[in-house]
Amino acid sequence: MQYLLMIYSEEDGWNKMTDGERQQGVAAYQAYTESLRKADVLLGSNRLQNTNTATTVRLVDGKAQVLDGPYSDSKEQLAGYYLIDVPDLDAAIAWASRCPGAAHGLMEVRPIWPTATYAQTAA
Amino acid sequence: MNPGGGELHSAHAAHVTAEAVARRSYGKLVALLAMRTRDVAAAEDALADAFAAALADWPRHGCPANPEGWLMTVARRRAIDGARHRRVGDEVTNQLAILADEIDQREAGALPDRRLALLFACTHPALDAAIRTPLMLQVVLGLDAKTVASAFLTSPSAMAKRLARAKTKIREAGIPFTVPEPEELPGRIDAVLQAVYAAYAEGWTDPVGGDTVRRDLADEALFLAQLLVELLPDEPETLGLLALMLYAQARRDARRDAEGNYVPLSAQDPAAWNAPMIDTADALLRRASTFQAIGRFQLEAALQSAHVYRCRTGRPNWDAVVQFYDALLSIAASPVVAVNRAIALGQRDGPQAALDALARYEDDARLSDYQPYWAARADLLARVGATREALEAYDVAIGLERDPAVRRFLQGKRSELTPT
Repeated sequence: MQYLLMIYSEEDGWNKMTDGERQQGVAAYQAYTESLRKADVLLGSNRLQNTNTATTVRLVDGKAQVLDGPYSDSKEQLAGYYLIDVPDLDAAIAWASRCPGAAHGLMEVRPIWPTATYAQTAA
Repeated sequence: MNPGGGELHSAHAAHVTAEAVARRSYGKLVALLAMRTRDVAAAEDALADAFAAALADWPRHGCPANPEGWLMTVARRRAIDGARHRRVGDEVTNQLAILADEIDQREAGALPDRRLALLFACTHPALDAAIRTPLMLQVVLGLDAKTVASAFLTSPSAMAKRLARAKTKIREAGIPFTVPEPEELPGRIDAVLQAVYAAYAEGWTDPVGGDTVRRDLADEALFLAQLLVELLPDEPETLGLLALMLYAQARRDARRDAEGNYVPLSAQDPAAWNAPMIDTADALLRRASTFQAIGRFQLEAALQSAHVYRCRTGRPNWDAVVQFYDALLSIAASPVVAVNRAIALGQRDGPQAALDALARYEDDARLSDYQPYWAARADLLARVGATREALEAYDVAIGLERDPAVRRFLQGKRSELTPT
């Protein structure tokens, strides 16, 4: 099954770090990505720019309404993701718990909707 | 004998066999059917169809030699039909076909027991903690949503919705039907044991057995705990849990006198307890201790064992009891443990020591609607002569109590404080 591991963290945390700490952080993520690759479960991953670069868009009366900022104003914001393919939720949780994001923020684990059942309702 | 009577007789026999198989095999069959597809709801539907078919077929053709195998064959056929009908994709149908082949390769009557994996799926940490016990009762034991709902004081429709949501999560989120690896087991077994204990506690709170559903729940929980001991014989906390439940069960009927009045532990006649059950509990606890890995349930069982010893010999052992509670606090701290420890402290060092120990919980919101806290407080306050505060505490305790017999008992204690 495919799962999206989403990293939620406080953006300020990164800015408050020393250069040395930031380098350590980057190295930890590189090592984690490498171990996902070696285990042959990684389908894709990206780090996102901070939410001060985010723009929210929705149609209102057929016209695009564009707003500055992220959709949710919670303290922890989506900072990046890993898309993985593993046998079950336990394996996905195990990988999520190894991610550096689980230590400096939190991880949300969501299964990907299988394409064959797109038309079905979410029960 | 007229033919009609014979038919009636065989219908009855079929019913009895089906019920016996349901109790023994329901979880086993659900586990096998849902193992690969993770679709608990579909497995239950298929099984319900199979039971209905059995009740129609067995009276006419006689009960099969291997009822479990018969039900499994029908159920997996229904499951495959259902999967095709719902067009859930080839994967699920293939998984069920693989399952069918695997089952066929086995000797009749030797269906593998995967209930432990099912128990771990139903109590998975990714599921809402409050739904784990009801889910386990339904999926492993086959209790219907109505029965489960009444045991947990919820409406049947609300319970059915919450159970369905949990089953959907198992299927869609990919919660596995596996027994965790040994290194992960300690972290996961706790949720299983807690769910079983919660079922027992729900059943135990109906001491007179006036509500048959609740009474059954305690028996079902004991069945599950025994099953866990069979499936995980080397897990000390599993042994501890069964011991704890047996100690409680052994005293179950002694909690009421002939008139149905509440009898507190200190006033119970040890001769009225179920001695063989206590012996079994003692043996389980001894076996658990040989693993030298203490845990919450072993400590709680040890406390029960200490109470049994004290009541039987008349020799106060409150020092040992307080020490057990200290140990329990250090590994599983909770205000409830703190209250029980304070009660023991009150026996060892006097009521003021107990009140001092409880002082820090005075504003704890978690205790504000916990009846035993208020009853203990009332008793302690009365013993130090703080009558007015004791009366207030009794009022709160009486207001919180669900059981009429216990309410009467508390009202009696309260009236002792106000001589008329």
